[in-house]
Amino acid sequence: MNRKRKIFSTVLLAVFCASSLTGCHGKREQTAFAVPESFDTSKEYEITFWAKNDTNKNQTDIYKKAISDFESLYPNITVNLRLYTDYGKIYNDVITNISTGTTPDVCITYPDHIATYLTGDHVVVPLEELFSDESYGLGGSELRFDSPAKDEIVPQFLEECSFGSHYYAVPYMRSTEACYINRTYVEALGYTLPDVLTWDFIWEVSDAAAQKNADGTFLLNGQEVMIPFIYKSTDNMMIQMLRQKGAGYSTDAGDVQIFNDTTEELLYTIAEHTGSGAFSTFKISGYPANFLNAGQCVFAVDSTAGATWMGSDAPLIDIAEESLTDFEIAVRPVPQYDPEHPQMISQGPSICIFNKDDPQQVLASWLFTQYLLSDQVQTAYARTEGYVPVTLSAQNSEEYQDYLSRAGEDNDDYYSVKIQASTLLLQHAGDTFVTPVFNGSASLRDASGQLIENVTKSVRRGETVDDAYLETLYSDVAALYHLNELSAPAGSRQDLGPLPGTAVALLGALAGIWVLILGCLLGSRLKRKNKNH
Amino acid sequence: MKKLLSMLLVLSMAAAMTGCAGGSTSGTAPETEAPAESTEAADESAAEDEAQDAETADTEDVAEVMSYDEYMAADLDSQVTIEAYVQAKQSWWENQATVYTQDEDGAYFLYNMACSEEDYELLTQGTKIRVTGYKTEWSGEVEIIDASFQIVEGDTFIAPALDVTEMLGTDDLINYQNQFVQFNGLTVEAAGQDEDGNDVAFLYSYDGSGSEGDDLYFNASYNGETYTFTIESYLCDSTTEVYSAVKALEIGQTVNMEGFLYWYEGVNPHITSVSIAE
Repeated sequence: MNRKRKIFSTVLLAVFCASSLTGCHGKREQTAFAVPESFDTSKEYEITFWAKNDTNKNQTDIYKKAISDFESLYPNITVNLRLYTDYGKIYNDVITNISTGTTPDVCITYPDHIATYLTGDHVVVPLEELFSDESYGLGGSELRFDSPAKDEIVPQFLEECSFGSHYYAVPYMRSTEACYINRTYVEALGYTLPDVLTWDFIWEVSDAAAQKNADGTFLLNGQEVMIPFIYKSTDNMMIQMLRQKGAGYSTDAGDVQIFNDTTEELLYTIAEHTGSGAFSTFKISGYPANFLNAGQCVFAVDSTAGATWMGSDAPLIDIAEESLTDFEIAVRPVPQYDPEHPQMISQGPSICIFNKDDPQQVLASWLFTQYLLSDQVQTAYARTEGYVPVTLSAQNSEEYQDYLSRAGEDNDDYYSVKIQASTLLLQHAGDTFVTPVFNGSASLRDASGQLIENVTKSVRRGETVDDAYLETLYSDVAALYHLNELSAPAGSRQDLGPLPGTAVALLGALAGIWVLILGCLLGSRLKRKNKNH
Repeated sequence: MKKLLSMLLVLSMAAAMTGCAGGSTSGTAPETEAPAESTEAADESAAEDEAQDAETADTEDVAEVMSYDEYMAADLDSQVTIEAYVQAKQSWWENQATVYTQDEDGAYFLYNMACSEEDYELLTQGTKIRVTGYKTEWSGEVEIIDASFQIVEGDTFIAPALDVTEMLGTDDLINYQNQFVQFNGLTVEAAGQDEDGNDVAFLYSYDGSGSEGDDLYFNASYNGETYTFTIESYLCDSTTEVYSAVKALEIGQTVNMEGFLYWYEGVNPHITSVSIAE
């Protein structure tokens, strides 16, 4: 009875942001941040840190310890922690506070969200100068702790924080999605679990698992409930399916491409298997882990950062003990269309710094941000879930390697499913990808998931999913998420296409008139010259 | 020559101003789109104007209002229309309201129902509403989603708190799901431990991972069995009396409570008042 459904939609935020932040332009312009020559230790600085945890006390304890340790190193900096369990709520609160000039100093966030924050001037601090500052930059000489050098941050993860020609964040933790499988059920159905799941395999086994007895109970578990395949984050589902199929999602400039033939094909497939009782989603039915642990699910796709909830021996359990079933659990990458070339999403929290009037305040924020990248914080936090540290120094540290080698020693710190999930990402880091970041990319992400949610709901309600349905769905979703209003990130140039004919004609006329004016002037001068001679 | 030059300059300015005018034409685009934007001002499952449409549809083609028994007998994912009285409001967000409703026979939890901010203000305790939406179940909680509503003028009803203390731990309890209930004579038990290892009477979030303003969790026992109760922070935030009352609880105290019989993978009452038993 623990995790809750508190879902914050970001649907309207883009609209709200666009209007409210534009309104800010005239109100309160922040000046660009410049790195001070030295950090003033004679003054007290109080910084606010908005952090996200996965409803996991170990994570909040690590934040608190990191703050305490940092404050010991820098006694003139006080860090005030505000905890969230939902990225959407942080996003909403940041947007609200941008308009009032009361943003936090340091904030856990997604790059998609930062792209919206950038709608205001100098709201988020670009980090290049801070990275390279000899004294206080990454690995800087004046730091009171071991900070990673820039090349010690996993380059791929760091690049995920670069958009609009700047680094606006540093990665904090990385995860991907994994498929948590009731292997006992798969084998009971007569199948052998492959190392890399294919979508065909998932659908075939799920359809088989949806077979019922005459009394309405399910053949596989004898229970009244069985949802063979549940997906937690349907936006990721659609994004990964499109990527694996080589189909369009969006361009870097923010052109929406999701309404394509492949999407249609995918939605028909999802509709078919929803109809057979093989598929549902978190938003419609509940947490995948709860169904998996109750023996009511075969394939549960969730973040690797949700691994501690998966399995009958999981350290975190959300259902009554009497509902737990005993089964063998397996962890695999998300299903693939081309198992030889697996592709999966890279996700996880990043950290951004908000600009303030006092550059010293920003420098204090940067010092704390760097501290969160230190080995001790990275390894400690990564161990709380199926995360991986974002620095090579932490990944290769003796402590972390020892941790990885001890999978299964207990069902707590060394819980095997959790370590398998982390290992999955480490092994497939080269197979991960991220989607383009632009103002509105968060909305596009929501929209892509909404397509699946709507189709799934409609099939369950007995509605017909056909071409006409999909046409209406596309139109509704595009309108709802304002997909026609999306834009490239601040600071980047957008290709606006060729000039319209009227503009060309107008410019031509202007040029012609000025040629005539210059011609006249030249003519009159020549005349005068000739007269004088 | 001067005349010709002046003429050309005027022409040039006129052309330039035409360019400016072109800018203002493109600037009107957002204005043209503004109505669409405002009609889109709703969340994924129910836009406000869709709600309006639904309301109109309701009045034009009135769906038959189900009794509570008919509602309970209806299949999951089927469309339902019910009439009930607002008992409490949990939240409003982006034109969606989550509301606890009840009639004389049973209760209905309305999750993310299409509702403008103005209409939300009208949903005072006791107000009768007609709701059309889809019956669904989320982690054991039977509720109505993707719903629209209209206020039904006339009578009002505030449900008395039904004493379900003796039903705790029984299979019968689920039959009162979502109703306004009371629990009497329960003993406060430890909810967990603080950083120093001392037992505490409540936790921020279920495991203590939260902070002020988050949901509160506390345990209370009856007849030797311990049950978990929640202060749902959207329903009763940190400024409410009950939030303060729970923070002041001491292990071993005997308490009486009222709240809504919410469900999440089992009973998960959303408590609205706590008092120390005399």
